[in-house]
Amino acid sequence: MTTRLHPTQEVDPGAPAIEVRDLHKSFGDNDVLTGIDFHVDAGQVVCVIGPSGSGKSTLLRCVNRLEEPTSGQVLIEGIDITDPETELDAVRSRIGMVFQQFNLFSHMTVLRNLTIAQQRAKKRSRKEAEEVARRNLDRVGLSDKIDAYPAHLSGGQQQRVAIARALSMDPDMMLFDEPTSALDPELVGDVLDVMKTLAGEGMTMMVVTHEMGFAREVGDKLVFMADGVICEEGDPREVLGNPREPRTQEFLSKVL
Amino acid sequence: MGSLTRTQRQRAVQFSLYGLFVLLIVLFWVVSDKEAIRANFFLAEGFTETWQDFVFIGAKNTILYTVIAFVGGFVLAMVLVLMKLAPVAPFRWLATAYIELFRGLPALVVILFMAFGVPIAFGWRPPGGPVGAGLVGLMLVSAAYMAETIRAGIEAVPKGQTEAARSLGMNGGWTMATVVMPQALRIVIPPLTNELVILIKDTSLLFVIGMAANEKELTTMARDFMSSGPSAGTATSLTFAALLYLAITLPLTRVVAWLERRQNRSR
Ligand SMILES: Nc1ncnc2c1ncn2[C@@H]1O[C@H](COP(=O)(O)OP(=O)(O)OP(=O)(O)O)[C@@H](O)[C@H]1O
Ligand SMILES: [Mg+2]
Repeated sequence: MTTRLHPTQEVDPGAPAIEVRDLHKSFGDNDVLTGIDFHVDAGQVVCVIGPSGSGKSTLLRCVNRLEEPTSGQVLIEGIDITDPETELDAVRSRIGMVFQQFNLFSHMTVLRNLTIAQQRAKKRSRKEAEEVARRNLDRVGLSDKIDAYPAHLSGGQQQRVAIARALSMDPDMMLFDEPTSALDPELVGDVLDVMKTLAGEGMTMMVVTHEMGFAREVGDKLVFMADGVICEEGDPREVLGNPREPRTQEFLSKVL
Repeated sequence: MGSLTRTQRQRAVQFSLYGLFVLLIVLFWVVSDKEAIRANFFLAEGFTETWQDFVFIGAKNTILYTVIAFVGGFVLAMVLVLMKLAPVAPFRWLATAYIELFRGLPALVVILFMAFGVPIAFGWRPPGGPVGAGLVGLMLVSAAYMAETIRAGIEAVPKGQTEAARSLGMNGGWTMATVVMPQALRIVIPPLTNELVILIKDTSLLFVIGMAANEKELTTMARDFMSSGPSAGTATSLTFAALLYLAITLPLTRVVAWLERRQNRSR
């Protein structure tokens, strides 16, 4: 696809995949994000942790503008998506998103879930879309569920289908918002395995998670958020093993 | 009674209630004037000739008018819903004003307005003569109710469905058409079927309009046979019309109940 993402700005291969500059977000008089600066380089896996209500989901949702930032900039591969001239839909189809509640289209089969946006947003032919869908279902190990409806799948299977759906758009990067938090403990492993494979293949990933094991093993960078700001960031093993900030120490002592 | 167990006491209460029920039936049977009931409500003699008119003109027109008003009302309701979702406020106000106005008026008043008031005031005559005008009135009213029902259905579709579609790069129109609307319509099938049942009954309001012989719906037909024909002077024709209404509405209300049960199970 050669849809222009912006009338004047070009994709910059040297720029970070995601760059957030002085991002603020308020809901009414609730200031949720109060000045966030950070970036994710191409091929990096960045994990975001922090207490409930600290604004992790809000930050993630600002990255593809599901949430409208109050001020600040979000650059995707060098293109400022807070600029009103940006072709938001075209940018979004380059950013896969996986939700805590899966959000599969409940009235569509697994196959249709994977093809609908390819056909409507990427203008792929039905045949091509189905080929891509089959390939991605195979990647997450669910080829046999191609004709099933979401309600007939387990949570873990639904989440893997959701990942395959996002991958079917051939995104340059993936956002995950607590992808395993709604799952029964015995189903978490399958989803994490898929994510690990993806990371191993070089996918750029931004992952909000409570899975410290995943962050330690797979993450290139760990970001700890508290009260709307980034409190500490660095190498996951360093941050988890030897946190500098008292807020981080306090949080980790509760969850580890 | 003190020596009875709990279940024995419950039994006793149940038996006395059944007894009371039987007693009431017997009492009604003894007291009622069966001959008067038969002669006034079930005078079958004249019906060998007229029942075909009831079924093939009256019931047929009732169904036809219902379908016309329902389809027209549904299309108008979709327009109102889209207006309610419009990014420009005046459209939303207009839709809200419409819905409040037509839900606040008796359907009969709207029908009279369309059939008599509007032609007198503006000289505009809807197609189909007075019946067409009355149908436009029914359409206008049912659209207001259906619009509210459909909007509620759209709001009942989880927000995550829209977010997932938009995050995949689908635009607002495609998201509405392929993700939200199909799920919303599935949710509103039972309430819309209810709307259909109400509309079937409301076509009887058209009896205030003068109709040609082949335009009459069930109620008009029944009323006319109360003053002419073999069962004139009795309520027999009303009984017959009532039975035909029930023959149409009861299966539909059963369908609604079944749809609702199925929907509750799949949640
Ligand atoms: N759409 C919204 N409208 C109003 N307030 C919101 C909205 N979304 C989030 N908030 C508020 O923003 C704050 C941060 O929410 P957010 O979901 O980003 O936290 P989180 O770090 O993801 O928490 P959790 O770990 O529980 O998911 C909360 O106080 C929440 O109430
Ligand atoms: Mg969250």
